[in-house]
Amino acid sequence: MQAFTQLSGIVAPLDRPNVDTDAIIPKQYLKSIKRTGFGPNLFDDWRYLDAGEPGQDHSQRALNPEFVLNQSRYQDTQILLGRDNFGCGSSREHAVWAFMDYGIRVIIAPSFADIFFNNSFNNGLLPIVLDEATVDGLFDEVEAQPGYQLTVDLEAKCITTPSGREIAFDVDEYRRYRLLNGLDDIGLTLQHADAIKAYEAQRQKTAPWLFS
Amino acid sequence: MAKTLYDKLWEQHVVRVNDDGTALLYIDRHLVHEVTSPQAFEGLRLAGRELWRRESIVAVPDHNVPTTDRDQAIADPVSRLQVETLNDNASDFNLTFFKMNDVRQGIVHVIGPEQGATLPGMTIVCGDSHTSTHGAMGALAFGIGTSQVEHVMATQTLVMQKSKNMRVTIEGSVGAGVTAKDIVLAIIGEIGTAGGTGYTIEFAGQGIRDLSMEGRMTVCNMAIEGGARAGIIAVDEKTIDYFKGRPFAPKGEQWERAVEAWRDLKSDEGAVFDREIVIQGRGIAPQVTWGTSPEMVVPVSDRVPNPAEAGDEVKASGMQKALDYMGLTAGTPIEEIAVDKVFIGSCTNSRIEDLRAAAEVAKGRKVAGNIALAMVVPGSGLVKKQAEEEGLDTVFLEAGFEWREPGCSMCLAMNADRLEPGERCASTSNRNFESRQGLNGRTHLVSPAMAAAAAVTGHFTDVRQLTAQEA
Repeated sequence: MQAFTQLSGIVAPLDRPNVDTDAIIPKQYLKSIKRTGFGPNLFDDWRYLDAGEPGQDHSQRALNPEFVLNQSRYQDTQILLGRDNFGCGSSREHAVWAFMDYGIRVIIAPSFADIFFNNSFNNGLLPIVLDEATVDGLFDEVEAQPGYQLTVDLEAKCITTPSGREIAFDVDEYRRYRLLNGLDDIGLTLQHADAIKAYEAQRQKTAPWLFS
Repeated sequence: MAKTLYDKLWEQHVVRVNDDGTALLYIDRHLVHEVTSPQAFEGLRLAGRELWRRESIVAVPDHNVPTTDRDQAIADPVSRLQVETLNDNASDFNLTFFKMNDVRQGIVHVIGPEQGATLPGMTIVCGDSHTSTHGAMGALAFGIGTSQVEHVMATQTLVMQKSKNMRVTIEGSVGAGVTAKDIVLAIIGEIGTAGGTGYTIEFAGQGIRDLSMEGRMTVCNMAIEGGARAGIIAVDEKTIDYFKGRPFAPKGEQWERAVEAWRDLKSDEGAVFDREIVIQGRGIAPQVTWGTSPEMVVPVSDRVPNPAEAGDEVKASGMQKALDYMGLTAGTPIEEIAVDKVFIGSCTNSRIEDLRAAAEVAKGRKVAGNIALAMVVPGSGLVKKQAEEEGLDTVFLEAGFEWREPGCSMCLAMNADRLEPGERCASTSNRNFESRQGLNGRTHLVSPAMAAAAAVTGHFTDVRQLTAQEA
């Protein structure tokens, strides 16, 4: 997993609630058997004017000028500002892979859907929950200032705005530790292999039908 | 101390508690399909890791499979490669596997219970958000991402934070013509699509107890559309009867022991929930979604709501966006909305009971002239077989429906079944998101009986009016 420590980057506002994973990466791209290459199809239905299919030369497709990530001031976006229930819908981790491949490493929103939130941490994408009023304020600031950037420091659990204002955020300690160090969850769990075996041995006595 | 059903299931599966309060949770059953598993198998290979417990996995292709011409190879080469990759992985890792043309093949959330591969008291995961379906049998079942699929393959566990407890009680029975789908849509309309985020929802009360196992699966299936990763329902005699004799269910003395343990799979009297919702069953009417989120739902007798009456700017703008996308005008009676296509299927509503309910409405009627396509996609080869034994296929075909092969089909349109831009669909699936059923397609979520009613009248119709005529 790609480690995350600190990032300063352009912020883009995606001003709609319930952004679902079907919108983030449409189903036709889930047919890929790889983890990479989803970036050009991030928000495909909103981003392009034509119908997207796997295997197209995406650089030749007509862009939707209305879509936020297509606007010149939001080129090279690394931080996305969202609304409530971000990432709802399917469990497709392809949604997170698409953000990573596009170059977005942080999403800030008042709330996230559980599975997307969890998938993000497993891939080095940092989802940050801030209260609604703070998020509203950030939307106003981003829209008012072209080139608006935020600095996100995971070590310090702090976001710094261009005016120097600091916004603290909360993140689960285990997830923070893994993200800071880019650690593989499976490797950490396998350190407890003996405990898993002991559980199985005990469970086999009390619920043997689960093992037959 | 009195415990909730979720508390019990959780405690029975904790391997160890980590210093930060998260737990290593043991997983009994791992369901695998072709879309979310290839990268996990590849990850195992790259790291040189083995499966922890091969026997815990049941694999089946469902998302990409065509619903016609199954004797031929899958036409789309990208879909074909994904299904073939699952075939290869199942063979390399020696998995229990139902290949595309096996009669036991079907939607993973239909075949799990059907085979008795998912059982009460289990922890069940799958790289698919609708894994919540299996909570209907008193199991803790939830969807996971591909990294977690790999984690379960390699360790048989997941690192989890325990959710909070929510109980949704349907007090009293629902009226005739009101189904499990209407109940769960009404619940989502009440709590919102994020209402269950961070919770496991237990569905309880007379309205839930009245439901068959199939109906309970429909309710739990859509727990995720209310934001909850897992929905659960207490075990009762219906649950136990349902599993008796299923191929993977325990037999003989093991069965007796299992049943004894399963009888305790209910919340204790006096168990405390972090959030309680009570809905009167008699107040629930057949539901139709009008927007692009499952919470945008109204009774069929209602009208398309007006954003100006939302009372909240962000909400009003979301509603207006949805109306624009759906091509609807505020104030239009739902029953005046004409549809172009009808889809009866998906992990929400493709079980035998769903097909019976739709057939009852279709029987002796014809699909309306304005309907371009009305299709029925059974949830599994065995559901299809049973429906054919009951003559339901004939009912559908005579009415002008297409009768297809099992799979996820037009619920998410990964195969060839899809809406064209602007087409409006009465669908028994679970998500009405933009472009879910095809680019710029318009989805209205309904029950199987309501979908059939829309098919034969050409527009949304309160199915109770059709069935009342017969009575």
